[in-house]
Amino acid sequence: MLEIKDLKVKISEVDKEIIQGFNLKINPGEVHAIMGPNGSGKSTLSHAICGKEGYEITGGDINLEGNSILELEAQDRAIKGIFLAFQYPLEIPGVGNLSFMRTALNSQKKARQEKELNPAEFLKLVKNKASDLSVDMEMLKRPLNVGFSGGEKKRNEILQMALLEPKLCILDETDSGLDVDAMRQVSQGVNALRSPNRSFLIITHYQRLLTHIKPDYVHIMVSGRIIKMGGPDLALQVEEKGYGHLIANQKN
Amino acid sequence: MSNVYTEAKKGIDPGTIESVNSLKEDYKYGFSTDIEMDYAPKGISEEIVKLISKKNLEPEWMLTWRLEAYQRWTKMFEPNWPMLKYKKIDYQDQYYYAKPKSLKERPKSLADVEPALLETYAKLGIPLKEQEFLAGVVGAEYASADVKPKVAVDAVFDSVSVGTTFKDELAKLGIIFCSISEAIHSYPELVRKYIGTVVPRSDNYFATLNSAVFSDGSFVYIPEGVKCPMELSTYFRINAENTGQFERTLIIADKDSQVSYLEGCTAPMRDTNQLHAAVVELVALDNADIKYSTVQNWYPGDKNGNGGIYNFVTKRADCRGVRSKVMWTQIETGSAVTWKYPSCILRGDYSQGEFYSVAIANNYQQADTGTKMTHLGRGTRSRIVSKGISAGKAQNTYRGLVNIHPKALDSRNFTQCDSLLIGNKCGAHTVPYIENKNSSSRTEHEATTSKIDDDQLFYCLQRGIGEEDAVALIVNGFCKEVLQALPMEFALEAQKLVAISLEGSVG
Repeated sequence: MLEIKDLKVKISEVDKEIIQGFNLKINPGEVHAIMGPNGSGKSTLSHAICGKEGYEITGGDINLEGNSILELEAQDRAIKGIFLAFQYPLEIPGVGNLSFMRTALNSQKKARQEKELNPAEFLKLVKNKASDLSVDMEMLKRPLNVGFSGGEKKRNEILQMALLEPKLCILDETDSGLDVDAMRQVSQGVNALRSPNRSFLIITHYQRLLTHIKPDYVHIMVSGRIIKMGGPDLALQVEEKGYGHLIANQKN
Repeated sequence: MSNVYTEAKKGIDPGTIESVNSLKEDYKYGFSTDIEMDYAPKGISEEIVKLISKKNLEPEWMLTWRLEAYQRWTKMFEPNWPMLKYKKIDYQDQYYYAKPKSLKERPKSLADVEPALLETYAKLGIPLKEQEFLAGVVGAEYASADVKPKVAVDAVFDSVSVGTTFKDELAKLGIIFCSISEAIHSYPELVRKYIGTVVPRSDNYFATLNSAVFSDGSFVYIPEGVKCPMELSTYFRINAENTGQFERTLIIADKDSQVSYLEGCTAPMRDTNQLHAAVVELVALDNADIKYSTVQNWYPGDKNGNGGIYNFVTKRADCRGVRSKVMWTQIETGSAVTWKYPSCILRGDYSQGEFYSVAIANNYQQADTGTKMTHLGRGTRSRIVSKGISAGKAQNTYRGLVNIHPKALDSRNFTQCDSLLIGNKCGAHTVPYIENKNSSSRTEHEATTSKIDDDQLFYCLQRGIGEEDAVALIVNGFCKEVLQALPMEFALEAQKLVAISLEGSVG
């Protein structure tokens, strides 16, 4: 599904290479977690995959289903099936949550030459998916993310993910700011989307999200590279001993 | 007269015509209709004022009124306080009168309307139904079929009103909706009683000029206790080279009456600057309610700031009666230069004034717009919601005055002024004046300035929404409160216009 080869990423604004030779391969249906301390380049990686402006690829390649996506604009990468659940979802005053989601879905459908949904069809679809995530009509009618609590924002991200049915889902610190109940709802939402054709890349600081969404592989990222790879046990190890321990081991 | 027309055409540099043609793609409404014009010679003088009055077959009192205005105008100076920079206007290099040639005789019915005019309306996107009415084809059908359209149109093509629909339907209720030139003939006592009482002839440079040379415009009278059953609408359009548009509109809502009026305009592509100085006067008597909505889409000039309409407009409402109410809503997307402050004089006790505005300036457009709320009566209320959007190299200024007089006890004002910037080369300015002369009244002012930021755009792109759609979405969200104040059938149109005006503003 996703293959990243020797990727190097520079943030144009600070002229600093944040990711230095990053490799990752995710097969269809797999769930990969990337853990790492603050400033290890996790969010930079997610932005680079999605094609955000200001992230300059100075080396390597990113392939989606065997084709390089480096030349594609952010919008086209989304249409190809890459979805990012934002760490800090953006507020857009005056734009209704529902109409934003419908615009997004129909833009993607249009680009893929599929039939667009009319408001009634869309509402039916949303209602179905929203109830699983405890998103009610009131929340759907409010302006996008404006005045949403942390939990509401994250549930709303997962709802968008469910609607857009991407091939590759990237969750950027989706667990930050969530209480226990919200964490469970979000995890259930994600687990419901797991399928043999859909892959996940979960970026997190903590192991706790991974007890709800069980990953196939865990990678430890430090200073823009993966220093260790393992199974779910690796996450528990981090929880127990911290990153410092792993970094120290690496140096030895 | 057709010689004058040919001369006017000859005066244009062929290169200009070429460049105008090449730009046509950019401005959707940039076309001109091939109708021969009947011009008065260029320039302004007493003779021209007399000629205009004569062409309109006006009574003596109207001519005197115009001439007095002209005399005063010659002693006035163009205001220099707005935050606007434009090439000095040569008032002697403008035409002050032009009318479609085939209309030398006032049209007796809509069937007399020239087909080319109707084609123009079609291009402007005037709803089919209204076009049919304008063409006079469905008149009979309308009487029998029970389909009641919601909009009545008084179409102003250049200077002369060419057709008014729904007149009979409205007449049954005693509502008068016609061109002002017709009103001067048919309802002189009403016109004489109210014209110039809201915007006096001495008011300002542009209003005084208008008083001297106004060619036509709309007149509305809603009798006591009548609720106008449909939206009244006028489409303005400039269509003659160098012809200044001097529209004059007068709306009177008698006691306990209600009316909603929409003015929408687009102008054809031109490379020379065109002067537009309209005057709109609204009079609301006891408990009357007037809603006046404008969608302004005059030609804004090209991407490099060449051409475009100079739009100097004086709009004012007099809430004369107790508990009268006026609501101004404007969507200003066009014109190279906009100078416009739709205002309310809250004279009647407990009267209310509202102003909802979206002003969009892109490329080299300049807008200096806002409102004045003058509180004179007790318990008067005003509400101002202004949304200014600047993109490209445009400058957008909100200028407002809330003036609460000593006797206007227990009055309230709320002002909300939001500016949105797109890009790094545009400017937003807010100049609010608040004068409160008594201690029982309260004013509130809120202002924000924001920018469409890269993160917001990225969020939309990441969901598969294209950049221009994303900007349109964000801007429409920003303007929502104002767009919602528009009559339903125009809100959607305005939404599209907002998107069109900002095309090419990012990336």
